[in-house]
Amino acid sequence: MQGVPVAKEELIKNFNQKDMESIASSGMDLSESMRCASFLQQDNKVLLQRSLSDAVDILSTPQALKKFPRLKKYFGKSFKSLNRDYPKDTEGGYFIRVKKGRTVKLPIQACLFLKTKKFEQKVHNVIIVEEGARVYLITGCAASSVAHEGFHLGISEFFVQKGGYLNFTMVHSWREDVSVRPISIAMVEEGASFISNYVCLRPVREIIMYPTAVALGSGARVSFNSLILSHPSTLQDIGSRVIFKAKNAQAEIVARAVSLGGKVIARGHLKAEEQDVKAHLECRGLLLSKQGIIHAIPELETDFRDVDLSHEAAIGKISRDEIEYLCSRGFSQQEAQAIIIRGFMDIDILGLPQVLRKEIKELEDKTLKASL
Amino acid sequence: MLDIKKLSVAVEGKTILKDVDLQIGKGEVLVLFGPNGSGKTTLIKAIMGFGGYSVKRGQMLFRDKVINNFSIEEREHLGIGIMHQHPPKIRGVKLSQIAQFLCKNEKKIKDLARRLSLEEHLDRDINLGFSGGEMKRSELFQVLLQDPHLLLLDEPESGVDLENISIMGKVLNDYLARQDKSALIITHTGYILDYINAEKGCVMMEGEFWCEGNPKEIFESIKKSGYEKCKECQWQKKS
Repeated sequence: MQGVPVAKEELIKNFNQKDMESIASSGMDLSESMRCASFLQQDNKVLLQRSLSDAVDILSTPQALKKFPRLKKYFGKSFKSLNRDYPKDTEGGYFIRVKKGRTVKLPIQACLFLKTKKFEQKVHNVIIVEEGARVYLITGCAASSVAHEGFHLGISEFFVQKGGYLNFTMVHSWREDVSVRPISIAMVEEGASFISNYVCLRPVREIIMYPTAVALGSGARVSFNSLILSHPSTLQDIGSRVIFKAKNAQAEIVARAVSLGGKVIARGHLKAEEQDVKAHLECRGLLLSKQGIIHAIPELETDFRDVDLSHEAAIGKISRDEIEYLCSRGFSQQEAQAIIIRGFMDIDILGLPQVLRKEIKELEDKTLKASL
Repeated sequence: MLDIKKLSVAVEGKTILKDVDLQIGKGEVLVLFGPNGSGKTTLIKAIMGFGGYSVKRGQMLFRDKVINNFSIEEREHLGIGIMHQHPPKIRGVKLSQIAQFLCKNEKKIKDLARRLSLEEHLDRDINLGFSGGEMKRSELFQVLLQDPHLLLLDEPESGVDLENISIMGKVLNDYLARQDKSALIITHTGYILDYINAEKGCVMMEGEFWCEGNPKEIFESIKKSGYEKCKECQWQKKS
């Protein structure tokens, strides 16, 4: 871990135009005008950590571990609770704490940026939303145009405490020769909500991730929503898992994947270890190329009778009826196809807060326009 | 406006339309009757150029252009508009998106949406979760925003309650009343005839035009005796 955060002017000098575009394409707003706190790590160097709200602590995880000794009990806690191991060779990452009972209206942002060729970025993030606090967090992960053969490992532990609300949006904007391994666990307490929105539209060599949320208390709500665009010669093995350890909890997993020629494995797992649980899993895939592969693997698991778990999955190509319908309204075949794909990738399936909706929509429009 | 000569159309290798001749003049409304499977929808889909409806013989002329080899959107650009009988549901594509593409006049969109009770549907995904009546109103809404010279209406009133038929009928009649608009309307129930001013009707049987006459008279006769009787009917078979 190196370096001290730099001033904003210095920070911007650090990036060339292409880097700035790449960072912006992951949802990071360097002007910070619509953000209440920011964190930016390039390779293993923290370049920015600033909170504009007294309700939010934001700093690098190693610094936070020194500053707040009681944080130590959270570091790795979610993995221990599921008897899972996790990589220990991390450098940096962000620590975010939103104080008890506080509602933060503007989103917090964090960006993990890969700059150097063949660099292996390994971070461990800890996010604590204390009792009754409410917050939006947008995390962007991006790579510079010269970060060939880069690697990113991102461990994230979320603790959404009693009655808390965390709306977490993650935008991946990598490059075609970068490999990525996010590992996340969210612990969602009584009456708390965890909403995860994931967007990955740019090429990436390989992403393998299976984030897990654990509903720990009654009334816990979990929602995982993903939009995935798969480019030729890439692999995205992406799942979402919810484990219910409490009664009266709910979850929804929604995934949309479009393959332009790459392979998508869309996993989903709902596991009820308690009764009175309601959850639904939905996966839709659209194959636009003969080379593309979409493999949906939905799993439902329980020992209890009093649960309501369901799933639906549908994969196919664009229907000719839909294309012809739009052509009969005057659209060309190409326009019709683009409209259908953009409709299929509708950001409304994400549980985005209003304050981020327009931004993410513009970001998606731009990326899809360039890709289709 | 539309001049079809000796048109034969096959679907999945089976000939459905056999040497059909049809003319629809400027401002003319033709009502097409016929039993299920007689080829009415095939005719409309062949005029619009949908895939799977292959023209084996004959010619389709629209506004003095042979449109046989025109793409669907080229036919739309020439001024043919269709109201689909079973429109697809398209996720994430809003009715307002299509409306704004078809018509640049926001006020006109709003007015027509209000007349067809579709204001709340503008922000919804097209046909997703629409009732039968809502789907028909949305189809009429779109096709009228297209402002075509020729309207192809495939059972505009099927599955629609009487109140909605009345709403749609009035809007449609207002549109057709403008002198230059022509239409080809398929109807089973005949309800639409109460609202529009159509002078010409036709019965299609087994892929051929059987007879021609006043649409209300034809409909009354079908109501009374059914299509089986058409075969023995006093009207001369149109050759």
